[in-house]
Amino acid sequence: MSILDKHAYIERNATLLLVSSLLVVTIGGIVEIAPLFYLQNTIEKVEGMRPYSPLELAGRNIYIREGCYVCHSQMIRPFRDEVERYGHYSLAAESMFDHPFQWGSKRTGPDLARVGDKYSNEWHVQHLNEPRDVVPESIMPSYSFLKDTPLKVSNIKADLTTNTEVGVPYNQEMLDNAEADLKAQADPNADTAALLARYPKAKVGDFDGDPNKVTEMDALVAYLQMLGTLVDYSSYNDESGYR
Amino acid sequence: METYTAMRQFADSWGLLAMALFFVGVIVFTLRPGGKRQAQEAASIPLKED
Amino acid sequence: MNYTIETILIGVGVFLAVLGAAFAQDSLFQAHMGVLAISLAIGFILMLRRINFAPAGAGTAALVGGAPSESEYFDEVVRYGVIATVFWGVVGFLVGVVVALQLAFPDLNIEPYLNFGRLRPLHTSAVIFAFGGNALIATSFYVVQRTCRARLFGGSLGWFVFWGYQLFIVMAATGYVLGVTQGREYAEPEWYVDLWITIVWVAYLLTFLGTILKRKEPHIYVANWFYLSFIVTIAMLHVVNNLAIPVSFLGSKSYSLFSGVQDALTQWWYGHNAVGFFLTAGFLGMMYYFVPKQAGRPVYSYRLSIIHFWALIFMYIWAGPHHLHYTALPDWAQTLGMVFSVMLWMPSWGGMINGLMTLSGAWDKIRTDPIIRMMIIAIAFYGMSTFEGPMMSIKAVNSLSHYTEWTIGHVHSGALGWVGMITFGAVYYLVPKLWGRERLYSLRMVNWHFWLATLGIVIYAAVLWVAGIQQGLMWREYDSNGFLVYSFAESVKAMFPYYVLRAVGGALYLVGGFVMAYNVYMTIRGYQRNEAPIAGSVPVLQPAE
Repeated sequence: MSILDKHAYIERNATLLLVSSLLVVTIGGIVEIAPLFYLQNTIEKVEGMRPYSPLELAGRNIYIREGCYVCHSQMIRPFRDEVERYGHYSLAAESMFDHPFQWGSKRTGPDLARVGDKYSNEWHVQHLNEPRDVVPESIMPSYSFLKDTPLKVSNIKADLTTNTEVGVPYNQEMLDNAEADLKAQADPNADTAALLARYPKAKVGDFDGDPNKVTEMDALVAYLQMLGTLVDYSSYNDESGYR
Repeated sequence: METYTAMRQFADSWGLLAMALFFVGVIVFTLRPGGKRQAQEAASIPLKED
Repeated sequence: MNYTIETILIGVGVFLAVLGAAFAQDSLFQAHMGVLAISLAIGFILMLRRINFAPAGAGTAALVGGAPSESEYFDEVVRYGVIATVFWGVVGFLVGVVVALQLAFPDLNIEPYLNFGRLRPLHTSAVIFAFGGNALIATSFYVVQRTCRARLFGGSLGWFVFWGYQLFIVMAATGYVLGVTQGREYAEPEWYVDLWITIVWVAYLLTFLGTILKRKEPHIYVANWFYLSFIVTIAMLHVVNNLAIPVSFLGSKSYSLFSGVQDALTQWWYGHNAVGFFLTAGFLGMMYYFVPKQAGRPVYSYRLSIIHFWALIFMYIWAGPHHLHYTALPDWAQTLGMVFSVMLWMPSWGGMINGLMTLSGAWDKIRTDPIIRMMIIAIAFYGMSTFEGPMMSIKAVNSLSHYTEWTIGHVHSGALGWVGMITFGAVYYLVPKLWGRERLYSLRMVNWHFWLATLGIVIYAAVLWVAGIQQGLMWREYDSNGFLVYSFAESVKAMFPYYVLRAVGGALYLVGGFVMAYNVYMTIRGYQRNEAPIAGSVPVLQPAE
């Protein structure tokens, strides 16, 4: 009866009760989460993935601020209908630079994982301005204030630096040019060769229809237009990603 | 990968066994003969005067 | 007690908040610090008035009728907690009805501050953390003192926990409206609010554990086990899930430590266990105290309750990955999550049976006592949602239900049915006891509340269940030529009648909340409604035969 007597002790000892219940609840987390940091296919790199450009990152932060994730997922499951509707199913590597992830849990609106390049900039601006102008059935709130709000990022370099601290591989050149890249990407007259070398496939030019100023609309549309466009699926080998 | 394999193997062998034994121990202890009186006492705690 | 040091500390807090606003790196942080400064300034002024006009806690003494001594229970903080529970409950339900209407009628969005994307986190946090959290803090303080036969540990630490928690709620809520968010579901507050709630939570743990340690009762009653595991586990989940690096210590933005898959699993390990330990374990603690009290008989099987406890906390913690079925999460983790979710059904129903059977031999109370009826329907909804949950975690079912309204319906049958109803039962039990009233203002209004809330939940859950299945089927429907039949926009349009009906269900529940608030208010004021007793509640003298 010695073990059983010890359990009687647990029932009467608050600290022990605390410690043993904490142990029980910790184990599940450790076994499930810890391996993900060691497992090859959750951290594999896929050809084409790169960190967000400064303007895209600013747009992503607006996406987070407005709570877009409560209605839009960014995670295409490997089902026939989803792949036909939205495109190739999402790979783990495609969100490897996402701090935080924005997979979402609800599709009140459609999935956005590959919305990039599907519509024109003008469509996005009009849609965000008043969604029912372009999609009559839509129940999305309007975001017309975005095109009137100048993009204010006090120190985009600090944002990029913080991202490097959590593991996003921005190099020194990217950090040094952060401020200039932010402006150049939304400026139709800027020389964007260096920007495109640093951030291949980035969409450049005026997004919101007003080339004279950089607005939050510019940033958000720049982000939406690059979603899911980085990996080239014509050359991607599905079997390399099987787990 | 080494760490991962080692953790995985520990988790689905000794780890699993230890958790299962702990759980069985809890059930055995709770349902042991003689536990009933103690349990009844404990169950009446909220019903004493407050 | 004059709370001199506390007052000075709040004053320093006001000063720091003003400094924070002045040197803010971004406009959001500036506005948020302004809110903090104003909230603290109000607290500071109230405390100053207390110093001047209320020597030695006269306010407390007046309510309980005599100078409080160490031997008595510390109930004043519980009274505040009950009022806060009712207040935040009504606020949370109200915002819920507003966001429900926004889905049906998008013109109700008022950009930028009152758009759905900002109000929805306000709704979820208001009901889970403000309503649920206050209910848990208040009842746990009440239960731990009664079952340990000891005064709450830490003196005015209990006050710190209560007011610190209200400050957290105000900061979180105003942050969402302003646009300060981490973008993590049910963990939206930014890093500085997270740090604050961590401090408050440690104080909460100290108060609770300290009370258990100085108890006079040898055995720790099982309700306290549930409360304790809730407090400890939430602390762990909160800290790990909110690991982030702020861009500036004077700015509102931070970037989470983890990314992508790791971040997703950490978040849903948190998210699911917030349900498991905040909304289940904590409220089970409530059930194991208030149901026996209201029924006047001990819990059906105390030994079952112990097995319930260990099985529940052991299995719940593994179930998180079922939120990520068919995503980029590795398959083995998905399967593990599914298996544990299905197994979880057993301890959940064990607990349900234990709660229901407490009434065995006194089933007539369901007819005669509306408060018991409220608690019993809560346990019934607990059983229903813990059956539905494991079912939805099966991968095949989940492939249809995930991303649809079905999930929302499931969450609400648990939140409105189980969490809400058991809390209402506890509030109705506590209010007369705490304010020394003979009975509630009106039991018939409790009855009204019961039917309004039940009808509201049934409409809400049924409507969204049908809506979710329709939505899932529309998305995957193919015609004979192999083309998708519906565009996404068509599936949105098809949701309109369901969205309207769900708002109706929510509105009924909200009206029930108002009825409760009025009933509680009148009870505290000391009134008793002149009404006929509930049929059968008063023993009728039978003539001798």
